[in-house]
Amino acid sequence: MTATSIRPRSGGRPARDPFIGRPTASPQAAAEWTRRQVVMANLRSVRGRAYPRVTGLFREKSWLLFEILLPFLTTSAFVFVYRALQAPPEYIGFVVVGGAMSAFWLNVVWMMAAQLYWEKDQGNLELYFAAPMDVMSVLFGMALGGMVMSSSRAIAVLVVATLVYGVTFAVDQWLLLGLVFLLTLAALYGLGMILSSLFLMWGREAWHMTQLLVEPVYFVSGLNFPVARLGMLGALAVATIPLAVGLDAIRQLCFVGTDVSLLPPGVEALILAIMAVVFTLAARASLRILERRARIEGRLTARWR
Amino acid sequence: MSAEPTAPAIEARGLRRVYRTKPVDVVALDGVDLDVAAGEFFGLLGPNGAGKTTLIKILTTLLAPSGGSARIFGFDVERETKRIRRIMNMVAGGEQSGYGILTVREQLWMFSQFYGLPGGEGWRRVDELIDAVGLGEQRVQRVGTLSTGQRQKMNFARGLLNDPWILFLDEPTLGLDVGAARSVRELVLSWQESVAGRTVLLTTHYMAEADELCERIAIVDHGRILAIGTPAELKRRVQRESVFRLELDRLDGGATALARLPGVVSAVPAATDGQAGAGATPRQTVVLSLVLHDDAALGGVVAALDPLGAHIVALQKSEPSLEDVFVELVGRGFGDDEPTEEPPISDGRGPGAAAVPGATNGAGPGRAAGADVGPHELGEPDPEELLT
Repeated sequence: MTATSIRPRSGGRPARDPFIGRPTASPQAAAEWTRRQVVMANLRSVRGRAYPRVTGLFREKSWLLFEILLPFLTTSAFVFVYRALQAPPEYIGFVVVGGAMSAFWLNVVWMMAAQLYWEKDQGNLELYFAAPMDVMSVLFGMALGGMVMSSSRAIAVLVVATLVYGVTFAVDQWLLLGLVFLLTLAALYGLGMILSSLFLMWGREAWHMTQLLVEPVYFVSGLNFPVARLGMLGALAVATIPLAVGLDAIRQLCFVGTDVSLLPPGVEALILAIMAVVFTLAARASLRILERRARIEGRLTARWR
Repeated sequence: MSAEPTAPAIEARGLRRVYRTKPVDVVALDGVDLDVAAGEFFGLLGPNGAGKTTLIKILTTLLAPSGGSARIFGFDVERETKRIRRIMNMVAGGEQSGYGILTVREQLWMFSQFYGLPGGEGWRRVDELIDAVGLGEQRVQRVGTLSTGQRQKMNFARGLLNDPWILFLDEPTLGLDVGAARSVRELVLSWQESVAGRTVLLTTHYMAEADELCERIAIVDHGRILAIGTPAELKRRVQRESVFRLELDRLDGGATALARLPGVVSAVPAATDGQAGAGATPRQTVVLSLVLHDDAALGGVVAALDPLGAHIVALQKSEPSLEDVFVELVGRGFGDDEPTEEPPISDGRGPGAAAVPGATNGAGPGRAAGADVGPHELGEPDPEELLT
């Protein structure tokens, strides 16, 4: 038998047979995809991988409660401290914005950075590598789903805390605010994509590494206080951590007139844009290295190694 | 494109895989040569640690060979990985892939997206396959609540989403009960037979499964192919004498009376259900294992029974099993294999696939008749399960 003789045996309407999906003339024909097919497959993969996260948002409502309640309690503690100290009113707003943005960082470290490790543990990673799409699509899908999921939680925290503590926003550059927010997410999730490959390459302690990343980043990002108060350390954080840059810019744009900022929001938007591009390219490179190492060493994708 | 239209489904030459480990490197594949024709149902039979999974990982582009070459339908496994991934799929036994929070339908649709199916077509294909594998009642059931058998049926449906030309099955019935295993085997066969040219490479250490499903089988041990052939060819390799199971109502002279007849190699009480080696059955009959030089000697045995006061209750010719073949080739049974995971320790011998006389490299003359799951080491919850 040769590949050239391959045809559906029934000769009738092959689509009626559930085991015959899209009959192709030969394996060689099926293996050749046009550029459009490749692009569409990757876009569909993004959608496919985002699906469980978006679906889960509506399926496990109990978690929504925890994701709103716990950040709200943390935020409340700082609100009461600032009130006790008779801090300027915009500090209450700083804390509320920080509490909302914490949802994204939690999502990045738990559901981006550690995710490939867990995917490997479940046996998904092998299937991702064995599929014809670019594995970056999986990371983009995870990021997209994570953004949707975290946005809902961030908005909920923002609304609840704003109403409870009577925060007044003073925004005069809505467009720039929206741009900074999106760039912050792009840079944050770009960093998450890098971390996901690094976590997988570095070993099995993803759980502990994830825990290790949460609080220090909260601190140097100035989640509950203006990062400019950290002085030189704050400037360093701005240079490396998207959350610090994004928060500083968002606070300036949400509370016009604040004088505790590191850099003008336009400059910080530029830094975020550069971070987003650099992190995404670095994530792609690290994923390539990961895949190459996985194929050579034979242990990164297999859960039993 | 370097593939030829008439390329074999699998073509491996001198395939070698060495794992760099301490204190010594481990040779998992030691010069494997293999040809599988398009449309063939081919089995890799061997104990744990034989190199089966390593071979599948190389052929599915997940692992790079340390030496040699391999092609799938003419596409090189090292340089043309994307092309291969478009026409193949794989299913492993004990597979826990996907997300428990999704329903069966959603999970399969998600995977359909990774193969580039348009959204609507993906849903249609998923529904067709769910019905085909008999999971209609579980369509909207969460994956996390499926039984092992249902889960494996779903995995099988996942493996067919992209209409693969070649399907790699790594211990697909591992851990399944008899009914579920049979169901999965039937599904695989009906899928493979529905379109000419669909090829299956099955790894298993279940002899009966390989015997039932595979047109040809390669017996693998310590990273080497020891023999290739159809199940019948492999069995003929060890069948030098004719073996019969003879059940008599009585036998006054005992088995030794028959053992002295011309052409009889041996006549000994046979193992019977529940009374191994006793040669007696609950029906008070006598069961003998009769080994003859050839079938022609049977006439003399039958003629000699009447003077011995014996009458035949049942007579059955015994076929050697694939396990007999394995014992002959390896010198030990499947149950005696080293309880190690892949990769195995190589004995350092070179390649030496000994094809059975008469075996062909192309498709055989016709059908004769897992992945290891590690513990969840950290014990932590999967955030995808918990937080989404």
